[in-house]
Amino acid sequence: MRRRSLLLQVGVSVLLLAFLALLVNNLAVNLLRTGLGLDFGWLGRPSGFALAESALPYTPSDNYLWALTIGWLNSLKVIAAGLVLATLLGVAAGAARSSSNRLLRSLAGGYVAVIRQVPLLLQLLFWYFVAFLGLPETPIGDLIQLSNQGISLLGMPLSVEFCAVLTGLTVFTGASIAEIVRGGVNAVPRGQWEAFRSLGLSEGLGFRRIVLPQALPAILPALTSQYLNLAKNSTLAIAVGYADLYAVSDTTITQTGRAIEGFLLLLISFLLLNLLISGGMAGINATVLGRMRRSR
Amino acid sequence: MTVAIRATDLVKSYTPGSRALDGVSLEVASGEVLVVMGPSGSGKSTLIRTFNGLEKLDGGELDVLGVRLDAAHEERPVCEIRRRVGMVFQQFNLFPHLSILDNITLAPVKVQKRPKVQAEQRAIELLDQMGIREQAHKFPAQLSGGQQQRVAIARALALDPEVMLFDEPTSALDPERVKEVLDAMRQLARDGMTMVVVTHELGFAREVADRVMFMDQGQVVETSDPASFFTNAREERSRRFLSQMV
Repeated sequence: MRRRSLLLQVGVSVLLLAFLALLVNNLAVNLLRTGLGLDFGWLGRPSGFALAESALPYTPSDNYLWALTIGWLNSLKVIAAGLVLATLLGVAAGAARSSSNRLLRSLAGGYVAVIRQVPLLLQLLFWYFVAFLGLPETPIGDLIQLSNQGISLLGMPLSVEFCAVLTGLTVFTGASIAEIVRGGVNAVPRGQWEAFRSLGLSEGLGFRRIVLPQALPAILPALTSQYLNLAKNSTLAIAVGYADLYAVSDTTITQTGRAIEGFLLLLISFLLLNLLISGGMAGINATVLGRMRRSR
Repeated sequence: MTVAIRATDLVKSYTPGSRALDGVSLEVASGEVLVVMGPSGSGKSTLIRTFNGLEKLDGGELDVLGVRLDAAHEERPVCEIRRRVGMVFQQFNLFPHLSILDNITLAPVKVQKRPKVQAEQRAIELLDQMGIREQAHKFPAQLSGGQQQRVAIARALALDPEVMLFDEPTSALDPERVKEVLDAMRQLARDGMTMVVVTHELGFAREVADRVMFMDQGQVVETSDPASFFTNAREERSRRFLSQMV
């Protein structure tokens, strides 16, 4: 029995190593064929292209490294905002799906059903071309100003592209989060609802203070996957022309011809970003589980 | 004698064609202890769960502490009733992620808007009364079933209810833990609390109840004082039920 499992492990390791060797070989062959070699010197050269939006000062005379950094920051901006908004929307919709109010329940059910059936790319294009680009100048008070130039929220200008990507990612991921929340909430015993109701707690308060904390251990692992999906899906931003990391890398690769280096940088950037997210979620998970264990 | 609960012709149906409650009428006087007995599926749990709106009625009319409930009731009267009626469940239903103290103070602080310090003082008093003061900072899973159920009683009492409902409070307990819970309920009855108790504890019913109500198939079979119910039940159905109990 022991020997067989050892044999299996050696076999799997050899296969993995062989596969890796194949990839490295392909990389070397490709490098040889292009005759360029692996070189990152081009990162210091001026990019020569403009970016529609940048969190920090940027001009086309800045170098490629800076352009990529700006792209990374743009990605970070839309991902961070998307994570927060998708969570709020998802929890609200998930709660609504287990609500006793029939209208709320069917609204949330319809939202989840429709959004899950339509490809994200189509949704992004919808938000961009139909919802935001076509907006007439419609100032709503002094708080939000809508126009085809974008949205100004409390004096902070947001581009149409950013709004479309953010809305698309939020609405799409929110639907998946809603299902995860509903699953977690359904796993909490009915007696907990009866207990908080019989104490006169309102449905909202009972959900927040009693049900949700007990649903969290079931919700968090699946939620982490959705967060990582949202981060990865943000690369679809290129479809509506939002200058995220992928879009900037794409332009960079086209201009420099440095596809291998460009993709390596892209891979590493996303790896870093997602390690950040999953690391953060692992921390939250450990805290929640620790608290539950303490109560056991 | 003031009436705490008046039920008229209550009907509740989970599945079309069968009635969990089939025209139940009763009155509970203020300060009275009513014990409800009957075989499982007789509708006794459903009945007391209608008293605080956990079950919605399909017919009939309820008057609980002057608040009216019927098949068409809104959320508002239910909330008022729940603040004035405490309930204890078979499975305790303590909040596992909150400490004993937080289990008890949650509703007084959040619903009645009492200051936290005052609510905690009251919680400690109640735990003391239940004989489990030293458990205040533990979590429910660290307590025995009997202790958990006494916390559940304290949690319900923390809202200073005018009526207490008990839904088979000792049915999920180990036999040697039953007495400590019944003792706490006995003390409560002695202090004049209005109580409706669904239970199979004959001793408790005989000793503490002012009246015993026997139910079968969603209907009230008979209601009498415990002495005559246990020695000389009027109905054949009640006698059969009692003869099968140990």
